[in-house]
Amino acid sequence: MRQYSALEQRLLNDFQHELPLSPTPFADIAKSLGVYENTVLENFRRLQSEGVISRVGAVFKPNRIGASTLAAMAVDEDDLEDIAAIVSEFAEVNHNYERFHHFNLWFVVVANDQQSLQNTLDTIEVSCGYKVLDLPMLKDYFIDLGFQLQWT
Amino acid sequence: MSVLKPEFEKALVEALSQGLPLVKRPYQAIAKQIGCSEALVIEGIQRIYQRGDIKRFGVVVRHRKLGYRANGMVVWDIPDNRVTEVGKCMGRYEFVTLCYQRPRRLPDWPYNLFCMIHGQDAEHVKQQVEFIAEQCGLQDIPRDILFSGRCFKQRGAHYSMTKSAPQQASVYG
Repeated sequence: MRQYSALEQRLLNDFQHELPLSPTPFADIAKSLGVYENTVLENFRRLQSEGVISRVGAVFKPNRIGASTLAAMAVDEDDLEDIAAIVSEFAEVNHNYERFHHFNLWFVVVANDQQSLQNTLDTIEVSCGYKVLDLPMLKDYFIDLGFQLQWT
Repeated sequence: MSVLKPEFEKALVEALSQGLPLVKRPYQAIAKQIGCSEALVIEGIQRIYQRGDIKRFGVVVRHRKLGYRANGMVVWDIPDNRVTEVGKCMGRYEFVTLCYQRPRRLPDWPYNLFCMIHGQDAEHVKQQVEFIAEQCGLQDIPRDILFSGRCFKQRGAHYSMTKSAPQQASVYG
């Protein structure tokens, strides 16, 4: 991890929510930090091209549109890559990853409605030959205030 | 304009979830893409905000790139009558980045509360979990930490509206 300048640290940490809705949000940020608008833009562009920032934009609440669930399977270790590849093939799967646990394959399935979500889960179960644990979100307790970074 | 037109809203949501163009007048740039005025874009965002569909609007950082390499999904078996209290307690810690109630699937899966904790390494995550357990009175509650391994597929946390496809709102479902 490279060192981040004082300005970069503030840009990464202080503007994770409530980006100004004025026509010139980056000028507003620049003003609050006492720097030029172009400096702010150049820094954000660089941080984004380095992949440190995925975007400057909105984080939407889950489950507002369509139907989604978190699913898990307990796959034989030797089969994991093959099974993971089958799961990844599904267009409805948008995140598929390993976790170190008896349930070692976790994936998020998103569909337009509950019925097609269920169909997709059934198809995945049949294609993989493993039982799918269906763990939809029931309630969200998290108030997203961004992520407080510790610069140590 | 009392209600957003669905096509307009869809285009706006897509633009917002992809991220603002990093230019001096980003809302104007989005307006040009969609084919409307800058004022309408800003008003539209305010409306989506007021409706409560946007969790936050700003810089979205990638924790991994900033040295937060370990990510533990912590799962708890909380008595049903304590879930709300505990969920609210956990949800307020800044190192907790998600906190969801999900159904148990007995006998395979006894856990009903999930939270995501990022840390510099596994040890750091474990310390945070211990801290939360103390703060929220969960020392005797069964729990497990599932650390992440290989990522086989990740399609970014934004809406995909190109196909008939699902529109996704969260990488963690």
